[in-house]
Amino acid sequence: MPGVVARRVDPKVLSRLSGKLPRGSAAVTGTNGKTTTTRMVAKILQVAGVRAVNNSTGANLVTGVTAALVADSSLFGKPRSEMGLFEVDEANVPKVAAEAELSLLAVLNLFRDQLDRYGELAYTAKVIASSFPDLPEGGSVVLNADDPLVASLGRSAEKPIFFGVDEPSLDTGTLQHIADSKDCPVCGTALSYEAVYFGHMGVYGCGNCGFERPDPAYRATRIRMDGPRGTDFLLTTPHGGIGVRIALPGLYNVYNALAAATVAGEMGVRPTEIARGLREFGGAFGRVERVRAGEKEVFLLLIKNPVGFNEILRTFLSGPDGRLSKPRNVLIAINDNDADGRDVSWLWDVDFEMLAGSDAGTNFFVTGIRAEDMAVRLKYAELPVRWAVPNRKEALRRALEATPPGETLYVLPTYTAMLELRRTLSDLGHTHPFWEDK
Amino acid sequence: MKLTIQHLYADMMNLYGDRGNVISIKKRCEWRGIEVEVVDVGLGEAIRPTGCDVFLFGGGQDREQTLLVEDLSGSKGRELKAIAEDGGVILGVCGGYQLMGHYYETPEGEKLPGVGIFDMHTRPRRPDEPRLIGNVLARVRPLESETGTTPREIVGFENHGGRTELGGGAEPLADVISGHGNNGRDGTEGARRLNSYGTYLHGSLLPKNPWLTDQLVLNALRRVDDSFELEPLDDAAEGAAFASVAGRVRAGRG
Ligand SMILES: [Zn+2]
Repeated sequence: MPGVVARRVDPKVLSRLSGKLPRGSAAVTGTNGKTTTTRMVAKILQVAGVRAVNNSTGANLVTGVTAALVADSSLFGKPRSEMGLFEVDEANVPKVAAEAELSLLAVLNLFRDQLDRYGELAYTAKVIASSFPDLPEGGSVVLNADDPLVASLGRSAEKPIFFGVDEPSLDTGTLQHIADSKDCPVCGTALSYEAVYFGHMGVYGCGNCGFERPDPAYRATRIRMDGPRGTDFLLTTPHGGIGVRIALPGLYNVYNALAAATVAGEMGVRPTEIARGLREFGGAFGRVERVRAGEKEVFLLLIKNPVGFNEILRTFLSGPDGRLSKPRNVLIAINDNDADGRDVSWLWDVDFEMLAGSDAGTNFFVTGIRAEDMAVRLKYAELPVRWAVPNRKEALRRALEATPPGETLYVLPTYTAMLELRRTLSDLGHTHPFWEDK
Repeated sequence: MKLTIQHLYADMMNLYGDRGNVISIKKRCEWRGIEVEVVDVGLGEAIRPTGCDVFLFGGGQDREQTLLVEDLSGSKGRELKAIAEDGGVILGVCGGYQLMGHYYETPEGEKLPGVGIFDMHTRPRRPDEPRLIGNVLARVRPLESETGTTPREIVGFENHGGRTELGGGAEPLADVISGHGNNGRDGTEGARRLNSYGTYLHGSLLPKNPWLTDQLVLNALRRVDDSFELEPLDDAAEGAAFASVAGRVRAGRG
């Protein structure tokens, strides 16, 4: 771990290097979406021509931030980039804020972690707020207005900048029973919600102390979900509004994009460049995750739409002649929840036929709520299906078992199936994913 | 014997994976050793019936639909109607289905004339009405000539704003068990006249309802050889896909 070593050699290395970044550093924290949001900001900055160094391999502790800066710096200890852009684990925010010159700190959301690493969420919130005094003069705090606990942090910040969603049509009308902060973070009275988007995110107010959702300076309105293909919304900023298209499904990703837009906007990037960066983010098939599972390797390739699916087939499964290149182990997981797209007709727009006529002996396994639909699709492309097991956990276990040691299991899930399979991988003890962008 | 799939406006009316219907017919012919050809019939191109055809008319967006209307208003539309009246096999899905009626009214209030195969028309969704979206399970109505046969069911996914109202001279294709159907009001789904079928269901429709695919194929082949019989195929995978959706819908988890 170069970060650990560098810090042992020079405990002040982070503050020394970050102090030499002409445009300072921005940090993104929160329970969900740190990686995606940070990557979106990185893409926007790239479009805007700003050279930023970031800890893009998911190493989000202070050591990871240090390692990224060390790797970016010349032998003489001068960073090559103009600014730092860091994804920071919630508990590491005070350390990073104390050492790096953070001109901006963004807090996305606070959800209860399944392992509940830091105890009460309120404690995590306090830890984050404790770093605010360490921000340099003129440093700003960006907060999610729709998350009551995160928004309440604005009370400890000098001039907080809020972002939020205003889309009445997405009001689910009910607070999920698993919601993390139903009570007013200021006085503890139950909050009343005007709109609930998901979890505890929404438009709320406290009847007792008057704490209410702050007015967002950056807003997403007119949100239109286009199934797995992407999402459109209108972005409003203090510097003008613009229509935005992202190639990612789900309201979570609207929040990520909105947070990224806020961070970029506060760093002086114009709305047109923000929209272009967000549109170009992710490319055809977004993120590839590689997870080591004992003597086997798992490739998780998110399926977003027919175009992306075709790209994955072309890139990972087919050889130069277009047919299956060599025996592979492939698990396809199709769900039809809202974030995946409820209509699976699009499977018929994917060119599975490109792989047909091969005797490479590839094992196709299918799973997900729509496992049977996927099996029929493959049947009509004349690709043999070894089995269809709708239960995702069971299917992943069996597919891993069927994958010989030293080989790779290609897992092609839709959005919510990916979340489930990722959780299963972690339950099986296969964590520490390695991120790649394609 | 050769069956020709006449894919109408394939490049414009290909929303919602309607290509699955083409693949389904093609494969089920090939697996039985029946020669099959797919012909795309585009804008401005004449229909060339072979005598053993299945015409497929898929769904499109309003913008595309408007372009087709002119193309269909001339001899092409008249010919399609004549083919239907003669017992030719046509399947219209969603937008294609709407254009098989008397007219389709756009949200702007313009009445676009259809081919008139079915005695029906489609009006736009009012601002206070929702789009009709979701999984559908429906029981197909047997024709009089088919009485005594077991009623069949179809599953699919609907996604339409337009409301279709059948006139007195039209037979619905099916009765909705779960879902919205033609207009979300009268419990009917689709329309049928002789060997012409119209429906809002895609998903795609034919892959999960293989008996319907076979019915279209058989109807087309019997126009050439009225004693033609289809060999049965192993439909276990299709049956499982049907059962999975039907079971979910019946349990109220559509
Ligand atoms: Zn209160």
